[in-house]
Amino acid sequence: MALLRVTSPHAHGPASTPRVMQKVLLATVPGIIALTHFFGFGILVNLVWACIVALACEALALALRRRPIGFYLRDCSALVTATLLAVALPPYSPWWLIAVGVACAILLAKHLYGGLGYNPFNPAMAGYVILLISFPVQMTAWAPPRGLGQLPGFMEALQACFWPPGYDGVTMATPLDLMKQNTGLLMTDLYAQTPQFGRWAGLGWEWVNIAFLAGGAWLLYQRIFTWHAPLAMLASLTLFAAIFYDGGSSASGGSPLFHLLSGATMFGAFFIVTDPVTSAVSVRGRLVYGAMIGALVYIIRVRGNYPDAVAFAVLIMNFAAPFIDNYTRPRTYGHKAGG
Amino acid sequence: MRKIFDFHGGIHPPENKHQSLQGSIRDAGIPPELVLPLSQHIGTPASPVVAVGERVLAGQLIAEAPGFVSVPLHAPTSGTVAAIEDRLIAHPSGLPAPCIVIATDGLDEWVEQRAPGTGYRELAPGDLLALIRNAGIAGMGGAGFPTAVKLATRPDSKVQTLIINGTECEPYITADDILMRERPGRIIEGVNILRHLLSPSETLIGVEDNKPQAIAALRAAAAGSSIEIVTFPTKYPSGGEKQLIEILTGRQVPSGGLPLDVGVICQNVGSVVAIQDAVLFGRPLVSRITTVTGEAVDKPGNYEVLLGTPMSYLLTQAGYQPDRAQRLIMGGPMMGFTVPDANVPIVKTSNCLLAPGLTELSAPTPAQACIRCGMCAQVCPASLLPQQMFWFAQGKEYEKLEQQNLFDCIECGACSWACPSNIPLVQYYRASKAEILQLRREHTRAEQSRLRFEARQERMEREEAARTAKRAARKQAAEQRAQAAAAGGAGDEDPIQAAIDRAKAKKAAQQAGTGGTTSEREKLEKTVLTTRARLETATAKLQQAQAEGSDLADALQLGVDKTRAKLETAEQALQALLESDSPAPVTPADPAAAAIARAQAARDAGATSSPADKARSQLEGLEQRLEKTRDRLAASRNNGDEDKIVEALESTVVRLEEKVSAAREDLKAAGDT
Repeated sequence: MALLRVTSPHAHGPASTPRVMQKVLLATVPGIIALTHFFGFGILVNLVWACIVALACEALALALRRRPIGFYLRDCSALVTATLLAVALPPYSPWWLIAVGVACAILLAKHLYGGLGYNPFNPAMAGYVILLISFPVQMTAWAPPRGLGQLPGFMEALQACFWPPGYDGVTMATPLDLMKQNTGLLMTDLYAQTPQFGRWAGLGWEWVNIAFLAGGAWLLYQRIFTWHAPLAMLASLTLFAAIFYDGGSSASGGSPLFHLLSGATMFGAFFIVTDPVTSAVSVRGRLVYGAMIGALVYIIRVRGNYPDAVAFAVLIMNFAAPFIDNYTRPRTYGHKAGG
Repeated sequence: MRKIFDFHGGIHPPENKHQSLQGSIRDAGIPPELVLPLSQHIGTPASPVVAVGERVLAGQLIAEAPGFVSVPLHAPTSGTVAAIEDRLIAHPSGLPAPCIVIATDGLDEWVEQRAPGTGYRELAPGDLLALIRNAGIAGMGGAGFPTAVKLATRPDSKVQTLIINGTECEPYITADDILMRERPGRIIEGVNILRHLLSPSETLIGVEDNKPQAIAALRAAAAGSSIEIVTFPTKYPSGGEKQLIEILTGRQVPSGGLPLDVGVICQNVGSVVAIQDAVLFGRPLVSRITTVTGEAVDKPGNYEVLLGTPMSYLLTQAGYQPDRAQRLIMGGPMMGFTVPDANVPIVKTSNCLLAPGLTELSAPTPAQACIRCGMCAQVCPASLLPQQMFWFAQGKEYEKLEQQNLFDCIECGACSWACPSNIPLVQYYRASKAEILQLRREHTRAEQSRLRFEARQERMEREEAARTAKRAARKQAAEQRAQAAAAGGAGDEDPIQAAIDRAKAKKAAQQAGTGGTTSEREKLEKTVLTTRARLETATAKLQQAQAEGSDLADALQLGVDKTRAKLETAEQALQALLESDSPAPVTPADPAAAAIARAQAARDAGATSSPADKARSQLEGLEQRLEKTRDRLAASRNNGDEDKIVEALESTVVRLEEKVSAAREDLKAAGDT
């Protein structure tokens, strides 16, 4: 029998890219459950429709690029992109909004740059920002959370998605909107007068964030990513919020706890900032990358025109990642610092 | 308790060491044939000192070390030299290499062994090193660097720490483990020899904590001495020399440097035992312990193997099942390489022979896209960024690779092991390193030839300058002479003397290459020649175009006319110049002599030239021109000049020949009148 001639190493570890992606998908489950609980079936409809569109777009792109379709579809990266985008979109969005977002994410942000591993921008966030800029009305139409209104049923959710004219939904400002619009109230008064704020950071939102935090903690435990970037982001966001809390005055930007548990903070920290393809690679680089995102999130939330800022902050830092890499190379064994 | 340091990265692959630790060291016996590659070490291959057909005894020198970084080779047992030829050997290239083949006789007769024994303490360090070198010892941990070279310290360097490497971090391999378990006393004896040689401040034996029996055995054997057995957590690749030094001392060997730069010398336990054999018993390195393991062998274990034993012989002893095997690896699963054939021999660096079963080590799977997860960077023991290097290696951006410190990669394979996308990272780095080294060699060669070229240019310029100076001096001398003559014969209207002076001056001027009319004439001649050549090619082209009825014919016709006009002008100019120059023959062989002759002839003729004279002189001139043109043609042919020039010269010769014969006719006619 002919002996195999291959080069070392002959052994391989248990890690595999599809498994990494599957674990990321699994880790979004708590967040999806929380979102569904507070905002209804719209999230699930978003999710399923986004996944279908994503797989179709991925297969199309692979076919056009003459790559083995089955082999690359099995890496699950398209499903991850679709899931991350779907949970970021408002529930009860029309089908075309989701389809446009997913198609932009997969085709423009991912495959135009060469596919998985070559995209400079996080595809889900790129898709999200394209939608936010193009369709601001639909993108800011969040349904009221459980407790502040009647949640639509499953059939209504389907209708909202696939037969939008037949659906008459109710929308309500999110806590981040309210915080930005607040001009005269002290923090304590604002919280007391506005039921959307819930206990700490927004009715429903605080639990959604905690659920994503739990999923992220599990991924950290599974060593899917390192703690550096997410913790740096949360730390710098906390720091900024604390500095500019202003004692809870009417000009306050919101408490650190508010910022940590509002909007897409935890989702961003553990599912977007940790995207390895578009982030900095070295340990020090990831610290810088995360911290800068945290700072940008705060600045855009409080001073910018859009209510939430994770997508913009991440895209801006995606630009900077290669630059950060260039200045944060680790010291090689046997070299002097900086060598 | 000693402070243990950690090194960056590292992985924990399944150890798979228990399979080969079931029994004690077994003797593999004497195979019918031993194949001994001349190069079993890093450095110059040994050169044979035995002839085919010669009988050799065990321990006899059969190949000597031709250089400093080299080791000799000894016959592992008695027998006859059957051949000295190229055989397949265990090398990543899979190429055959020169080997000495010994047909064994099974008697195992030894040469007389002389050794200083415990008297080695009386030996000078140089003699002790020579003893180690002559025993043919090369690093037995796997790299095979000549041990004596590694031990040769510079007088100014102080060995602070002597480290004995018993780490054996690679999965499956247990050769050092079993050696430490079963022969700890010999290890300690060997360490003592090294301590005598190097006088280190401290001596450490580093062993991973997954070898408790070896640790206990060494501790027992070293009891009462200052040798310290240091254990540390199991992690691959802690047995790498640089990593072990960092674990035990916290110091890092500078990039491109030696352990001695941080006061450390490192030796493998196997090498230490070989040193002890050589120094105490005069036994050169002729055998080693090799682990034979993997699911394709029924009796995995450790064997004492004679160097040169074919792997197939050893595998048979271990119950090898070829139908269960997919590949044969010399070394471990992380850094070992596959051998092309089961008949390649065991050499000094063969610490393990791994015959994995069909499903034991994952078959290479297709690589997926790099998602830059950074797991490779997390496990890299050299703190490199493998994902970045992969990026640059794909793009063949060698400068950036070197900036990423590619050459600090120890090729341990941890990055490839950890890569979730199955990318063969190490292979990329190996290929890039080879490519860069090749480019460097080419660059050096180019640099050398540039220097050679510049030196040659310089030399030629120097010689040219010398020639010019000589010419100038000669010209000056000629002018001085002419002036002196003019001054001497002032007022004297002797036409002969005047002609001589003129001719001399002209000759000097010609030699200096600055004669105004001469150079102008040459220029014109050249113009005529090239224009004629051009005209000929143009005519040829025109004819072709006309034959083909091409549209270009008109344009070509125009060009031919123009060229012809140019040629005529040039020829006329040349003619005018020649006529105005002097009535003398155009290129007299010796202008001075010719001028004298002419002047004399002119005086004789009373300054009146008859038509016959004119014709004669014309004929002479033509003949000389013809001669010269023929010479040029010959030279041109020799030089391999362009066909155009040669053809032009040829046609000139033909025309001159015609003119010469015409001139002869004229002369005859003139003479007749």
